[in-house]
This record gives sequence, structure tokens and C-alpha cells, in this order.
Amino acid sequence: MSEAQSMSIIVTKGSLDWAYPPFILSTTAAAMGLDVTMFFTFYGLPLLKKELDLKLTPLGNPAMEMPMAGMHMAMPNLLAALPGATAGATTMMKNMMAKKGVASIEELREMAVESDVQMIACQMTLDLFEYSKEDMIDGIELGGAATYIQRATECDINLFI
Amino acid sequence: MEATQTLDAKGLNCPLPILKAKKSLKGMNSGEVLEILSTDPGSVADFDAFCKTTGNELLSSDTSGDVFTYYIKKS
Repeated sequence: MSEAQSMSIIVTKGSLDWAYPPFILSTTAAAMGLDVTMFFTFYGLPLLKKELDLKLTPLGNPAMEMPMAGMHMAMPNLLAALPGATAGATTMMKNMMAKKGVASIEELREMAVESDVQMIACQMTLDLFEYSKEDMIDGIELGGAATYIQRATECDINLFI
Repeated sequence: MEATQTLDAKGLNCPLPILKAKKSLKGMNSGEVLEILSTDPGSVADFDAFCKTTGNELLSSDTSGDVFTYYIKKS
């Protein structure tokens, strides 16, 4: 058996694609018996909102190659900047994920809550973007950098995503 | 092999087979055996790792067909 008993993740990005790594790792670590803490800051904070409407954009992301007609296609920035490109890419990704049996972020977040993953919302980000705790799901805590650091000193694994 | 319970995780992708297996194991008693059916090729390495970390015993894994079958004995 492993020695590691606890893990923390700083979650800094909130687009549909970037929401996956922290929620996949937190739910899996919890399933493997670790105590998990997630600290949501800057663009990661909206991942705690009651209603999620996550999107992704191919803009500025040449590595986002979507399988299409047996090939892989990356969208040129000029096209990705057009109105509707974000919505189109988001729909395409969500369809692909459903087809491949990939969980939705809503589903993973629910599982994280169920498995007692501790979620801390960054108080400063909350103030900065004018959110209130009521906008967020139940069961979260508020805290700042010191709260995170204190928790991180107790963790065997600390990740920044 | 006699399984106490079977989990059908076919069609599910990482990390769902692991998460659902954990959920099933939670409701079982020590020494009982969970059978898991999965089509996720990543589950081969993942169930091995899951068992190493959690202390549950991977009794067998059959990865010869299209559907992988795992037997895990709850610790």
C-alpha cells in the first residue's frame, strides 16, 4: 500500500477542457482513500457555481485537434475568433464526450462532493469577480492563500492545474 | 470465480470504472468479491494501481476479449 494519504489541487482554469483534470484526479484520489482538498482560484472559481455552463475555445490552442472524417483538424485562429465558433466547438466536444462514455463535469463534481472532497473557494477571487457564497454549491469553505498553504503543508501530494 | 456482486462498467471511460467500483466496494463486506466488466483499455493499468493503493486484492484480470473482467476482493 502507498504511503500517500492526502492530496491538494489548486484549480485555476474553468473552461470545459481544463475542468477535467482537477475533477478526475480529485474523485479518483478520494476513491483510492486519500483526503483531498481543492482550492478554487481565479478562473477556476466559477467551477463551484450552482449552475455550470462550461465552454471551450479552439482560439489560441493549436493542440486542439478534433477527429473529423478520419483525420484530425485544428481550427485556424481566424475562424476560431468568429461568433459561434466557441458554441460550436463546445457542442462538438460535449457530443464526443457523451459518445465515448466520459463523465460530465457536473457528474464528477457531484461525485467529489459525495466522497467528501474538501472544496475551498478563494475569498479574494470571490470579491474580485463579485460573486457571493450563495452563487456557489453548498458545502464549500472560503479561504485565502494562508488557508491553502496550511492545508498543503499537511498533504503528501500538491498539484497546480 | 464466485463474485458477491457484479458491476457493469462497459462503455464508461476513465475515471468512471474506478469511481463506480469504489462505490460498489463501499457497500460490501471485507472478503467479498466484486466482479467488474469494463471496455476501457485504460482500466487494465488503473485497476492494478487502484488495488495497490487501497489494499484491496486484485484476484484476477481477464483482458483477452473485448470486455475486460476483473475480480477484486475487498480488504
